[in-house]
Amino acid sequence: MACFLVPTAQAVITTIAAKVLKSKEKEETVKIYLADGSVEEATKIPFSAKLGWLNKLLWGGSALLAFEHLWHGEIVPFFPFLTAVKSGETAEMLAEMRSAGVMMSVLITAVWVGMLAVASVIEKRALRAPKPAEEGV
Amino acid sequence: MTLLTTIFAAIICTIIWYRDAPKSEMKVGHLCWMFWGASLMWLIDAIIEYGELGAEYFTPAPVDMLNDFYLGLSVVALGLVIWLVILLVKDPKGVVKAALFTKK
Repeated sequence: MACFLVPTAQAVITTIAAKVLKSKEKEETVKIYLADGSVEEATKIPFSAKLGWLNKLLWGGSALLAFEHLWHGEIVPFFPFLTAVKSGETAEMLAEMRSAGVMMSVLITAVWVGMLAVASVIEKRALRAPKPAEEGV
Repeated sequence: MTLLTTIFAAIICTIIWYRDAPKSEMKVGHLCWMFWGASLMWLIDAIIEYGELGAEYFTPAPVDMLNDFYLGLSVVALGLVIWLVILLVKDPKGVVKAALFTKK
């Protein structure tokens, strides 16, 4: 009915949050250790850029889902835009937003948190100096 | 079928993105985010539908399957159009800029 509106609302909030964070963040230069043993200076990706991953997932998914809703006649390009509101099924629509919409937002956020965890492990591994080879091995 | 079509589109785009990374001249990353975002959202729809229908969910009527596939292809087409607009507006290779100006 209109489940995609929940992730869309989340996308608006996280996009504003990312813009605010970006204006406050400073570049952090670190030394990373490459596989061949050489050291390279690099700039760490700020948190606002990582929040951008969530924004892109939410905006992209919401856009394509909005098209699907248009396809099924659940949204229309004229007021009140939502067919459920026009046909007096607002309560059912809100119930669907509470169930499917919230679950969509939760799943996408959970996947993003997983991505942050993996990125953190990769970053820590790159920042750690390789152990010198043990003698006699 | 829509979910399956979008997941395949997301996988193909991710492979293309990884092959060209860390360069992103074609901005394929935008397509990856779009298709993965939609796939995750449709996965929730699929789970809810499976909860209602049970095993019947996996045996859709051929007409429904065809309609869903048609929708899936249309979604992929829309995603590609959005990506193309982003690519031409951002113009990372300067192709549009070069086409608009001629060197003296």
